[in-house]
Amino acid sequence: MEYLISFGVVFFVFNVIMGFGAILTWMERKQSALMQDRIGANRADILGFRVLGLFHILADSIKMFTKQDFIPPEGNRVLHTVAPMVALLFALLAFAVIPFGGIYEFGEYTVSLQILNLNIGILYVFAMMSMGIYGFVLAGWASANNYALLGGIRASAQMISYEITMGATIIGILMIYGTLELQEMVIAQGQLLLGWIPAWGILYQPLGCALFMTAAMAETKRVPFDVPEGESEIIGYFVEYSGMKFGMFFMTDFIETVLASALTVTLFFGGWQVPFLYADGFHFPWGGELALPVIAVMLLQAGAFIVKVFLFCFFFLLVRWTLPRFRWDQLMQLGWTLMLPLSVLNIVVTGLIVLLVNG
Amino acid sequence: MAIKVEERELNLIERLYLVEVLRGLVITTRHFFRNLFIHIAQLFGFAQDQRGGVTYQYPEERRPIAPRVRTLHRLTKREDGSPRCVACMMCETVCPAKCIYIVAGEHPNPQIEKYPVRFDIDLGLCVFCGYCVEACPEDAIRMDTGILEFSSYSREGMIYDMRRLLERSPLPSSAGRTTATVDEAPGLPSVAVHPEIEQEKAS
Repeated sequence: MEYLISFGVVFFVFNVIMGFGAILTWMERKQSALMQDRIGANRADILGFRVLGLFHILADSIKMFTKQDFIPPEGNRVLHTVAPMVALLFALLAFAVIPFGGIYEFGEYTVSLQILNLNIGILYVFAMMSMGIYGFVLAGWASANNYALLGGIRASAQMISYEITMGATIIGILMIYGTLELQEMVIAQGQLLLGWIPAWGILYQPLGCALFMTAAMAETKRVPFDVPEGESEIIGYFVEYSGMKFGMFFMTDFIETVLASALTVTLFFGGWQVPFLYADGFHFPWGGELALPVIAVMLLQAGAFIVKVFLFCFFFLLVRWTLPRFRWDQLMQLGWTLMLPLSVLNIVVTGLIVLLVNG
Repeated sequence: MAIKVEERELNLIERLYLVEVLRGLVITTRHFFRNLFIHIAQLFGFAQDQRGGVTYQYPEERRPIAPRVRTLHRLTKREDGSPRCVACMMCETVCPAKCIYIVAGEHPNPQIEKYPVRFDIDLGLCVFCGYCVEACPEDAIRMDTGILEFSSYSREGMIYDMRRLLERSPLPSSAGRTTATVDEAPGLPSVAVHPEIEQEKAS
């Protein structure tokens, strides 16, 4: 039974992520269209039904799978094939420690909507994100194409630069919660400040949150930080890729967007917490209670997490379709001379305050 | 005309970048929700006069074309249905692309002298300059059908002969008017109307 529960949780998490990835391809098209006063993809139909262009997800995947899979003759066949898998694999693995819900007691069984409760939690996520760089560098290397190689190098340079900032921005939040476990951080965010404000991370770390979101956006390698790809004019690491291998890189981008949203939600926006919802139901600060069965609480909290992640995906897409791309020197300047010092400042200030409060 | 862009120093708030980013986000978000609202309202039958996008859904919706746009040629007719063309070769001579080919024949009516036995236009060569229309002394060739899509799988298919050029012309009306306006020309694709452009026309 325990194995069955674990399998169920893995199945749930995997499908949520893949569902997000698929919906995001549609959302990106439709959202950008609405933002730019267009209609967006709406031509794919089944028996005349167009359903707001949702069938384009299906049409895209059929196209990806049936296209020619070209491997450059000078390139390395094995690495060329492995590279997109590596990129996608590590992006997916990072979700293993993200809590999609709390821990629920069903009689004698315990269901935790978190695949793996590691005591290093957030470090594991960063490790997986760093490993993901290998996918992009390998792609550039195995293509036997100088432009692809340069794209891969740009990707690694950018990811490493922003990973430092990203790591530095969360130290503040680690000091406040005193733990690396994501589940514990989310549980800590269930408390109330002054009796009615949910104690979400953004209240303690507004600067950290802004810096983290910027760095996370850079990690996803999408506009305005898409210098490694530059699919429209400068050539990126996947220039020699076609078919589903290219599709996997594309999916990696979307899944990393979901990962960035999930991390932002988990660290700064209360994770799966619904304000005033506890294990046995709602307890409103103005009095009044609403008892709920455990299953309802579980669905509400998992649903809240998914809705929050969805909203942040929306926000990331909004930024992606609003801002133009940074120049390479601007990108490096922003990362090293503005964001890194600010995140260090954030650490120092947070440290001082924590020291003073805890005395 | 060159446009002069005034360069000025950015003030502190603009240089901070973050505020300007937020302003940009506000603009795009406003467009997003405005269009989303219009689309949803239209789904329930409201706000039909609004448009949630500036694009045209091409095969179903077409941009209205101005009356003076030069489109597919047609040969105008006499009252008995024969071409008005007198095979004077003016259009063939003036044509810069040399895409008109006329063979003249003697007309039974001594008042008319000549008529075209063949009148071919190779649309694969035509540059749509409209000189043929300008040159014609008889108002026999016009470019006002409003048809912009003509394609073919072969080069021969792009050569339009006299029959195809005549078939889009109405017979002149009995009031003595020999010209047809764009709106009367048959075979004109239905034009989706944009409210703004319609207003412009009316005013």
